[in-house]
Amino acid sequence: MRSGQFLFGVLLLASVSALAVGAQNGTPVTAPARKATARKQASQPQTDGERVFKQNCFRCHAEPEGFSPSISGTIVRHMRVRASLSQRDEEQLLQFLNP
Amino acid sequence: MLCVTHHFKPRASAHSIRVFLFALVAIGISYRGAAQDTPLISGGIGFFTSTNAGSTSYLPITEPLLAAPLGRRLLVESRAAVLESISPNSDEERGYEHAHFIGLTYLQGDFIASRHITAIAGYYLVPFNTYNDRLTPIWIGNFQDVPLILPLGILSSGSGLGGMLRGSAIQRNKYSIDYSYFYSARSANEQFSAHRGSGGSANLYLPEQRLELGLSYDRLLQGKHENFYGAHAWWEPRDTGFRLRSEFARGDHAQGYWIEADYRMKVFGGFDSVAGRLEPLFRIQQTFRRDTIASDGLPLVNTQRADFGLDYNLPHNTRILTSYARQFSATGNHNVWETGIVYRFLFPTWKEKQQ
Repeated sequence: MRSGQFLFGVLLLASVSALAVGAQNGTPVTAPARKATARKQASQPQTDGERVFKQNCFRCHAEPEGFSPSISGTIVRHMRVRASLSQRDEEQLLQFLNP
Repeated sequence: MLCVTHHFKPRASAHSIRVFLFALVAIGISYRGAAQDTPLISGGIGFFTSTNAGSTSYLPITEPLLAAPLGRRLLVESRAAVLESISPNSDEERGYEHAHFIGLTYLQGDFIASRHITAIAGYYLVPFNTYNDRLTPIWIGNFQDVPLILPLGILSSGSGLGGMLRGSAIQRNKYSIDYSYFYSARSANEQFSAHRGSGGSANLYLPEQRLELGLSYDRLLQGKHENFYGAHAWWEPRDTGFRLRSEFARGDHAQGYWIEADYRMKVFGGFDSVAGRLEPLFRIQQTFRRDTIASDGLPLVNTQRADFGLDYNLPHNTRILTSYARQFSATGNHNVWETGIVYRFLFPTWKEKQQ
C-alpha cells in the first residue's frame, strides 16, 4: 500500500514533469517572463536589485514566473512589510522587477 | 486549532469569505494607485495526500492572498484558507468522512511610518521564529507537514489581534538588523481568534555570508502565563542552490528543534534545466517534554522524526512535493508518506489601462 503510493508519486512526478517540459517548449513565453530571462542573462555583473532579490526573496521562495508589471509595486511593498526590507532595498527591488 | 499538515486555523464559516470579499470590494472602490500599484490576487491551489500509519487522507486546498496598496504608505493584505479534508472513517467503518473549513489566516493594514518603522494593525501572523511568519503558505513550504515545534510561541491560533511594529532597524553593507514587536488582545471571535500576548523578535543578517541569525520571545498573558523563547539560523551559500534552515523553541513545558536542508540541483544546467528543477530535501526534528503538562500542542512524549523529500519545481509556478518520514516515540513508531501538487497564481485584480 505504502510502496504503491510512493510508486504512484514517482510516476506522477515523472509524467507531469515530462508534460510540463513539453508544454514549456511549445508555449510562447509571456512578456514579463521573457524580460526576466533576459534580465538574468544580462545580469553580469549582478545589479543591486538582483542582489536584493537573491538575498531576501530567495531565502523563502523562488521567483514567480511571468507576472504583470502593473503589480510589481504592490509585490515590492508587500515584501517590504513581510521581509522587513529597508527603504533602499525596496527601491532597488522595484527597479529590478520593473526596470 | 492546528491541522496535522499545513498550519491551518479552520473555522467552518462562510463569514470568512464575506470578510475577504468585502476587503476586496472596499479596496477596489478606494483604489487610486500608480501604474505599478494595482492590487493583486495571489495564492496557491493544492492537492495533498498523506498516509500516516497506514491511513490515507486527502486534502484539496486553496489559499488566496490579497494585497492592495492605498496611496503611498498604506497596504491592506489578507490570506485565507479554503480546504476540504477527506479521511478514512475511524474504527471498523468503511468509507471516508470529510469536513470543510474556511478561515482567515490574516487580515491586516500596514502603514509605512518611516524608513525604519511599519505599523501594522489588525489580524496578523505572530512573528515568533520563522516558520509561522514566512513558510506556512502552501506555495512556499517544502514539506506538507509543519514542524512539530510550530505550536510553541505562536499563541495557539498562530495569529494575533492588535498591533505590531516591525521594520529594518539598521542596514549596512556588511550586516542588517530587523525587528518586530507585537501586542495581541484576547479574542473569542470565530474569525479572529487570538490569545492575549506580547513579544517580539530581532534578526541579524550577514549578506556576504548569506547567514541569518534571529532571536524571538513572547509571553502568553492569559490563563497561566507562559514564556516562549526561540532562536533560528538560516544559511544559503551564494549561488549554490543550497539552503539550510533551523529553529529552536522552548516553552515552559516542552522544547524542540528542527533542521531542514534543501538543494536545487542547479549544477546540472541551471535552475531551469530538467535536473535543476529537482529539489531533494531533508529535515530532522526532535521534541522534548519538560513536564507532563501538555498545554502547548507538542507530542505528549519525547519524539524524533526524520523527513526525506523530493520536490520538483515545474514551469508555470507549479511544484510537486513528495516525502517520506519516520517518526519515533515511546508511544510507537510510524511512517508518513506524502505527495502533493501546488500551483501558485499571481495576477492583478483588474487590467490596467494602457498608458
